[in-house]
Amino acid sequence: MDVILFLIFAIIAVVSGVNVVVQTHPISSALSLIGVMGSLAVLYLLLGAEFIAMAQIIVYAGAVMVLFIFVIMLLNAGAESKRGRSLVAQLLGFPLLIAFLALTSYFVQRLYTNGAVVHFGGFQGGTAQNIGRALFTQYLLPFEVTSILILIGIVGAIVLARKELD
Amino acid sequence: MNGVPLTWYLILSAVLFALGIAGFLFRKSVITIFMSIELMLNAVNLSFVAFSYQLKQVNGHIFSFFVMVVAAAEAAVGLAIILTVFKNRSTLNVDEVNSMKY
Repeated sequence: MDVILFLIFAIIAVVSGVNVVVQTHPISSALSLIGVMGSLAVLYLLLGAEFIAMAQIIVYAGAVMVLFIFVIMLLNAGAESKRGRSLVAQLLGFPLLIAFLALTSYFVQRLYTNGAVVHFGGFQGGTAQNIGRALFTQYLLPFEVTSILILIGIVGAIVLARKELD
Repeated sequence: MNGVPLTWYLILSAVLFALGIAGFLFRKSVITIFMSIELMLNAVNLSFVAFSYQLKQVNGHIFSFFVMVVAAAEAAVGLAIILTVFKNRSTLNVDEVNSMKY
């Protein structure tokens, strides 16, 4: 059952990820990216990360992607043109990407010979209670710094996106 | 076999990361490039959570949470920058925004 669920959602994630890259229209890419994020949320659940799965749905698929789609529609972004791609990039890009991927997979396989076998429910430590306890004790300072980061983000976005200064 | 090896999750993460790199390098539209960055961040999150399962610790989830927060802030600021660039240049093609290059 674990294997079937993993394979289903991994295939959805990879197909949607390919779709993000090959679609010419930004809206299609954005919707495919939502597919990637949703299937990754299911994979987080399989890994026992309930809180992260819900945060993934709410923050990424809910907030960030709505922002993306909002900007795409606001700018009325159309399909991008195909021209102007260098010959070297066309010839070497895809083989180099496959080589990078093969090398990474090879090293992962070689280095993680003692990797755990993932069962659903094999790790119960990802509940909101545990995350909250770690976040407000061991990681309190990074958490507070994050709030300042968010504040800077809000102010920066408003300053950048408003009308020109007089 | 009942259960998925952890390496499969890591390889899935590598595949998604490579797709993000491909989108980042091959695409011309700045919005799609930005979405490729989000794809790469998601791939890294998956390997954080997978390592957290391996070590039976919650720290990987915390890192993943912080990555999400930073990605949200980055998306807000980045899209504001895209709006400003579009307002000044009325283009979304990264090849046409090259006045710092020459």
